[in-house]
Amino acid sequence: MSGSFRLAEGGRIDRDRPVAFRFEGRDYQGCAGDTLASALLANGVHQVGTGIRHGRPRGIASAGAEEPSALVQIVKPFPEPMLTATTVELRDGLEAHGLPGQGRLAADPDPARYDAMHAHCDVLVVGAGPAGLSAALAAARAGARVVVADADTEFGGGLLGSGELLDHAPAADWVRRVTAELARGPDVRLLPRTTVFGHYDGNYLVALEDRGPDALTRQRTWHIRAREAVLATGAHERPLVFADNDRPGTMPAGAARTYLHRYGVVAGRRAVVFTTDDGAYPAALDLWGAGAEIAAVVDARPEAPPFWARRCAEARIPVLPGHAVVGTSGEEHVTAAHIAAFDPDSGTIGAADPQACDLLLVSGGWNPAVHLYSQAGGPVAFDGAAGAFLPAGSVPGVHPAGAASGLRTTAQCLSSGAVAGVQAASRLGLEAAAAPRPETDAHPVPKGRPLWRVPDPDTEAPGARQFVDLARDATVADIGRAVGAGLTSVEHIKRFTTVGTGHDQGKTSGTLSTGIIAELLGTDPSEVGTTTFRAPYTPVAFAALAGRERGDLYDPVRVTAMHDWHVGHGAPFENVGQWKRPWYYPRRGEDMEAAVLRECRAVRTGVGMQDVSTLGKIDVQGPDAAAFLDLVYTNMMSTLKVGRIRYGLMCTADGMVFDDGTVMRTGENRYLLTTTSGNAAHVLEHLEDWLQTEWTHLRVHLTSVTEQWATIALAGPRSREVLARVAAGIDLDNAEFPFMSWRNGAVAGRRARVCRISFSGELAFEVNVPWWHGRHVWEALYEAGGPFGITPYGTETMHVLRAEKGFPIVGQDTDGTVTPQDLGMGWAVSRKKADFIGRRSFSRPDTARTDRKQLVGLIPAAGEGVLPEGTQLVETRVLPEPPVPMLGHVTSSYRSAVLGTPFALALVRGGRDRIGQTVYGHVGDRLVPVEITDPVFYDKEGARRDG
Amino acid sequence: MMLIPCPWCGPRNEVEFHYGGQADVACPRDPDAVSDAEWARFLFFRANPMGAFTERWMHRAGCRRWFTVRRDTVTHEIRPVGAEQERAVTV
Repeated sequence: MSGSFRLAEGGRIDRDRPVAFRFEGRDYQGCAGDTLASALLANGVHQVGTGIRHGRPRGIASAGAEEPSALVQIVKPFPEPMLTATTVELRDGLEAHGLPGQGRLAADPDPARYDAMHAHCDVLVVGAGPAGLSAALAAARAGARVVVADADTEFGGGLLGSGELLDHAPAADWVRRVTAELARGPDVRLLPRTTVFGHYDGNYLVALEDRGPDALTRQRTWHIRAREAVLATGAHERPLVFADNDRPGTMPAGAARTYLHRYGVVAGRRAVVFTTDDGAYPAALDLWGAGAEIAAVVDARPEAPPFWARRCAEARIPVLPGHAVVGTSGEEHVTAAHIAAFDPDSGTIGAADPQACDLLLVSGGWNPAVHLYSQAGGPVAFDGAAGAFLPAGSVPGVHPAGAASGLRTTAQCLSSGAVAGVQAASRLGLEAAAAPRPETDAHPVPKGRPLWRVPDPDTEAPGARQFVDLARDATVADIGRAVGAGLTSVEHIKRFTTVGTGHDQGKTSGTLSTGIIAELLGTDPSEVGTTTFRAPYTPVAFAALAGRERGDLYDPVRVTAMHDWHVGHGAPFENVGQWKRPWYYPRRGEDMEAAVLRECRAVRTGVGMQDVSTLGKIDVQGPDAAAFLDLVYTNMMSTLKVGRIRYGLMCTADGMVFDDGTVMRTGENRYLLTTTSGNAAHVLEHLEDWLQTEWTHLRVHLTSVTEQWATIALAGPRSREVLARVAAGIDLDNAEFPFMSWRNGAVAGRRARVCRISFSGELAFEVNVPWWHGRHVWEALYEAGGPFGITPYGTETMHVLRAEKGFPIVGQDTDGTVTPQDLGMGWAVSRKKADFIGRRSFSRPDTARTDRKQLVGLIPAAGEGVLPEGTQLVETRVLPEPPVPMLGHVTSSYRSAVLGTPFALALVRGGRDRIGQTVYGHVGDRLVPVEITDPVFYDKEGARRDG
Repeated sequence: MMLIPCPWCGPRNEVEFHYGGQADVACPRDPDAVSDAEWARFLFFRANPMGAFTERWMHRAGCRRWFTVRRDTVTHEIRPVGAEQERAVTV
């Protein structure tokens, strides 16, 4: 027998399949089909953990996902922090312990796999209770593509836990029949164990499917785009607030009924039922029928409902209308309920009389689960009779149904589900008709009288032990303090008291706190409203959201044709956008600084080679290509001769530098542009934007060819000699092949375009070959350069060499607030062209200021190290009182082999007029003197580019 | 996640698109004929209405075409605009 509180028969658990588990270090037995909570209750265990603030014992306070207090840490089979015992499926070998309100991440790495699924459907039905199943049936019979998702292990929703009859047979039979018909449908997908946790724009719903530890993928996140969504998400029973209402053994009446019918567990031997709603009566009668003693049904309303009062009288259950439970006794478990006469109109209570019990059932009515509806943009409105917020208004394509729309009886839920299914199908143009509704019990529709809290007999610290939110240990007194401090907004009070911020996001406490706030403010709950219902509906592990997109698959990685060679030669890589670029090539025993200084020296005195394939390349073709480029670059491109290359600068319309690169004219109507590596996609988008929306008359086509060309930079005074060894057919003579021109020919036996471009100031060539031949040509050049000591270099050396020449890098030395003139590149801005992007902005008053930040060089005082990039510059040797006027900041900073000193580039206010002055860099707690210089540090006259 | 009707490819998920802000902000024909204030208005000033908004999108992961839609900034309901406006902001 799996526990002494388990009935000999009944429920949907399998008594022939006992399940052994461990809780808090003790061995127990449950049954297949149990949750951890039902198995604990079967063994008489009510306390699960303790409260987060006061450490008070806490028990099982629901039978589902709304659970506020029964938090457990799973140890085995798989470490999981902070789950609710009511949603953990019992498994053999399960080991868990209770939590003091919060969990701890496991130290072990998560070995499980997670995945994502994508689905489209005509109708998504969320929830497979009576409403959801009726809706799914109507939609599926009309021929719609239907997905049904339900959080539970089996379909049926509330029907599984109510013991009701449908068509004079157990409701589960109807559930089985409907589920079987749906499963046979050609276009129906059934997703049990799947919680829809978010409802986004355009009926995009996201769900978590829990496939359990044995599945290949433990959890899957479903992304479902539904044309119509039926939200049959049910309702949560609302607790009542009284002193010491948090003692284990206190639970909603409906939860006890679920434990009875679904799991064959009677949660106590002697129960007191405290209610303001008719719905608690069937729970009391069902428990009585299962052998529990019902000490009393305490009804806060002046009169008990006649139908149910009669049934109770037949069962000799005492009913006490006009009474309330005002407190409890017990420690780890409730031992008595304190019952007092109560007048809900005046709010007065009489003397309390303790009534012994080991189970205290409460019911304050039901809150429809409007979470998804609200996320979908649906308005909710307070309904005074229900004491709850119900869906109001409408959202196209979204159909709340059943208990989620505020309905109470199974008959109502079946009908409203069918209507929702028919409506959804009809909106899709399908012919739909509701199936005949199964016959249900003829009970009256339950009614209630909203009641949030009863008076506290404790007059010294009233409300201090009246718990509103068990997850956050927030009490009536806490809300009272918030209101007393002048807060009136429910959102502010939520943040002040943390009510509703726990793992359950206030599923059972939200409406309660609104009601209590309204009482304290002397207003109506409709004035107070609710806090925002945000996704996720239930907690979702980050691993499930990440799915397979982790590690190497987190983001696409782009590598060049020569990547494996760089790896083989020990290069660490720098991420540039999605590209992996070799950073430097350390030799044995070398640190980064030594390697970079060696690489720099090699390029300045011998020859180096770099993989520059990642530069963005855009092929521009069309009769208007030249006119187009004149419009997008600040300088003139139409005058460029075929065979020549020009440096080009692009601005955005506000006149700020956007990108730079080279423009190669490859034909009368054809150009090849290069862009910075990280900006290629943006440049293409920028150009397409202007072409498509402003200059639709221009006949130009743009094509990205970045990955069609592998590009190798060969730089240094010996580069011509190296290239000559493998490019015999190309005349490399200065006169024949001048700087900023290109030639076609064979390099290492491969078709190549060779350019005379230099980003280091040295004699240099760029060899472009089809991507496929990149590795071959790279190796051929490396071999040809062997006798010259050719040195592969990475991005760091490239940065140092260009900075020594004062060449800015867009995005490093600029930040979207820098004009060409600020960079000292007014020479690249045409005065002849009628117009180009950014031109008009150069005469805007702010752009034309003479004291703008300008690019200058910096040399730190002798003996000082490399200035950190980002260092702020100030005018005085001693910091004045804040606010300290800032002159500018360091944008690039390196050690230089050729200069023999650290140096930097910086943007400095009115910088060009300050050349020769000393300013101060704020480094740590020191002010370092630095001299402002021209940004070109090396070979100012440009004598080295021809070798 | 909005479902955006690309006039060329059909409805696609929002992640495939690049947002382009307010539509119909035409670059002045003759930039030199407008005052600095008018130019600044073209560069920097955009409407931010609660409700219907005509805005630009580019189907970056698809046809790469810019187009214009009308979106309700409260409900995110999107309606295509007239065919002549879909394809270009100004001609």
